[in-house]
Amino acid sequence: MGARNVGAAVQRLEDDRLLRGQGRYVDDIHVHGELAVAFVRSSEAHARIISVDTSAAVALQGVIGVFTLADLGGLTLKPMILANPSPLIRHPITQHVLAQDEVCYVGQTIAVVVAENRYVAEDAAQLVQVEYEVLPAVVDARQARDPLSPPVHQKFSDNLAAKVSWKFGDVDGVFSKAPYVFRESYFQHRGVPHSMECRGALAQYDQQADQITLWTSTQSPFLVRRFIAQFLERDESSIRVVAPDVGGGFGPKAAHYPEELLLVVLALKLKRPVKWTEDRLEHFLATTQQRDQWWDVEVACEADGKVLGIRGLCVHDNGAFLPYGLLLCMTTVVPFPGSYAIGSIDITLDCMFTNAVPTTPIRGAGRPNATFIIERSMDSVARNLGLDRTTVRRRNYVQKHQFPYPTGAKLPNGIAVQYDSGDYEKCLEMVLEACDYTNFETRRAEAARHGKWRGLGVVSYNEDCGLPPYEGATVKVLPSGKLCVELGSCAQGQGLETIAAQIAADQFGLTVNDVVVKLGDTNSPALALSTVGSRVAATAGPSIHLAALQVREKALKVAASQFEVSEKDLYIDAGIVFVKGLPDRNVSLGELSKRLHASVGVLLPMGFTPGLEATAYHTPERAVYSNGSNAVELEVDIETGEVRLMNYWVAHDCGTVLNPALVDGQVIGGVVHGIGNALFEHMKYDQSTGQPVTTNLGEYLMPLATEMPKISVDHMESPSPVNVLGVKGAGEGGTIPAIACIISGIEDALKPLGVVIKEFPLSPERLLELIDEARTATAA
Amino acid sequence: MKDLRTIHVLINGMSYQRTIETRMTLADFIRHECGLTGTHVGCEHGVCGACTIHLNGEAVRSCIMFAVQADGAEVTTVEGLASPDGKYHPIQQAFKNNNGLQCGFCTPGMLMTCSAFLREYSNPSEREVREVISGNICRCTGYQGIVNATLEAAAAIRKGGL
Repeated sequence: MGARNVGAAVQRLEDDRLLRGQGRYVDDIHVHGELAVAFVRSSEAHARIISVDTSAAVALQGVIGVFTLADLGGLTLKPMILANPSPLIRHPITQHVLAQDEVCYVGQTIAVVVAENRYVAEDAAQLVQVEYEVLPAVVDARQARDPLSPPVHQKFSDNLAAKVSWKFGDVDGVFSKAPYVFRESYFQHRGVPHSMECRGALAQYDQQADQITLWTSTQSPFLVRRFIAQFLERDESSIRVVAPDVGGGFGPKAAHYPEELLLVVLALKLKRPVKWTEDRLEHFLATTQQRDQWWDVEVACEADGKVLGIRGLCVHDNGAFLPYGLLLCMTTVVPFPGSYAIGSIDITLDCMFTNAVPTTPIRGAGRPNATFIIERSMDSVARNLGLDRTTVRRRNYVQKHQFPYPTGAKLPNGIAVQYDSGDYEKCLEMVLEACDYTNFETRRAEAARHGKWRGLGVVSYNEDCGLPPYEGATVKVLPSGKLCVELGSCAQGQGLETIAAQIAADQFGLTVNDVVVKLGDTNSPALALSTVGSRVAATAGPSIHLAALQVREKALKVAASQFEVSEKDLYIDAGIVFVKGLPDRNVSLGELSKRLHASVGVLLPMGFTPGLEATAYHTPERAVYSNGSNAVELEVDIETGEVRLMNYWVAHDCGTVLNPALVDGQVIGGVVHGIGNALFEHMKYDQSTGQPVTTNLGEYLMPLATEMPKISVDHMESPSPVNVLGVKGAGEGGTIPAIACIISGIEDALKPLGVVIKEFPLSPERLLELIDEARTATAA
Repeated sequence: MKDLRTIHVLINGMSYQRTIETRMTLADFIRHECGLTGTHVGCEHGVCGACTIHLNGEAVRSCIMFAVQADGAEVTTVEGLASPDGKYHPIQQAFKNNNGLQCGFCTPGMLMTCSAFLREYSNPSEREVREVISGNICRCTGYQGIVNATLEAAAAIRKGGL
């Protein structure tokens, strides 16, 4: 057998083209005769549209057409398809591809311009005159929940999109008997996704073949095709959706958008290819975000820190429409009770419409929010009872011997939540050793002698990943002898091509360089859903393995019949099937593939079907659960409010590690996303007008290299029993605990001042306010 | 009326002469007029650095320059970083060795920023590397692989030259 690829830090197949500037992102693709598209977007957070005058725009030289919803008519006159419908949704409202008569957030599409080039298209968009009757806007979810609040949509009398509940155990009993109940209120805010490539799409209609092709910067080509087909009442077979190289996703590219649909509508209407490339301003205004949550939480516990129950209410800012159903809300409540064996949970989430861009999951979805609440609660228990933070966590972890551990909760699909495997305490031990927890107080004291306020944050998390039901895989031996893996699943930088090649190559004694990998095309024979939720390695991964096994089995059978030996007498190395002990008797996989492709009049090997290929599906019923612990050492400057991150340590368990270098990259990048959420990123809206006020990368702060600490990752492997590879997810496990970790570290640094932190993002100004408040309280 | 101008720019050693609108950005000129799509446009307001190229040897942002300003200039884009026989520039090899890229969208700008920096500073500290890439935003990697790659490339250049 050749070298084993799975588990090795194999270099990425993706890199060469990307390093040479030969990547192929949507805006890099050109088709003959393509036209450029620009959008007229609402300048108001809430308004009735009185009129749209496109005459000046239409008259501009180079403009092909300017369209409102009424101009497009026909099938476009209905709202977009709601992804993930749920009986919990009270007002299942999606937007029209262009606003009909009411706009409900700044950035909502009102009209679309098609022109010879983007410069002219933008000129024309500026010339479209929209007359508004401005209506009261509400962008604060708490205000939206007030019965006296103005409505976000005129047709609804209240703003509650849905009430989501996550309840199990004897909550009332536990809270009535618990010796201690601690109450806290929290504010959380996550911001704009900011993949470095914004969204974009290119639609082409081949009239002779009646075929639509849409190249789009998406995480979900199969779902985009499904929604286009439903919306336009076409067969899915007449639509091909391709996700080429995608410059980052982070969640919001999994949703489908009015712009994608409009491009298809325009390509059909104009019989010309049309392209739109989102600019950064549009990304701020029209790509889905994740914003505010306001929490009231109670924790019931024993004197020794054993937590008996958590209950609370989350008021969640959903934005103006529900393009993605309640997935973000569900991922906020479903993670409870996290890494801990807490038997009684009662979380209610009020999902509120607001006059802001809709929200959908961003890296981790609601899990960083849930983890923040759970971990802040653990710290609150420790603080209030005078216990060490790590002691409280140890007393509450799901223990190694308890796996598989049913939490007591049931998902809406009726499946009981069950953590598959892990050793949560071990991950804590690993991170405590890495950060030299034992000697931290010495370092704190030493720093204090130099006037520095040093703190250590320590948190744990777990994460449901690899969500059902499937991502398929096709593995083929081409007649050339090359191994080919085709996935409908797509990638946005995770290295899926590389891990697909690693998994497949291992069955044939090949290296990754012997494998061709094709991704992200609905023409793939294997069906797929979406690259979200840390799920593709744990869903497509096992599918690739299963398909490769089937191909291997067939190759061995064909070779066995050729050599008239048993399959057990054969082995495969470097893509060649050998008879054991007789190295001269061998046949290459390419040769076997040629025979199985045959020719007219040439018979197939007796008893075999054509082709040396297989499509397979791993179809789990349950999620798998990654977990880990994080620590950060930092210093706070109490004069300026600056937080200096010195070192960050991760102990991470995603089951079988397919490629440690790629997992490290996912984890480190994820941590930095979390640091951005904790300290820098804040999508602000003017409260009275609903105008977004942070709409460029100077006002909205992204994490930069200068502020990031050294991040060290240790792996622990608890293979999942849910799939044959034992693999779990790694895409979000960096982000999920990082916010809670940073906040915990800052609070620890300011412990002598009595500062308690119940919110993020934490700007220097806000941190100084908290320090002042704590000092005032102490003085009083 | 369109304000047109004919310009001549030497990009990666190839001569490009085009008649363009004066308002066309250099990034759009490189990408759409010359077909060199390795230069990426991430923010169009000069913050993210994805569009960084070398203009007469200096790293600049091509999204906030007009193409006409580059008339007569020598430009290097990411496509011109490797040697003509295809051998990687040390910074490209180091990015590959250190997982300095994931989605690849910020990568061309990062490579151009770092390669210009390494020409002048062949023995940088980690802090200096972090400072120099602080004008380039990467959402994927958390920067650590990029920092390690740049330090490794510096060492390779010190050892073997460009």
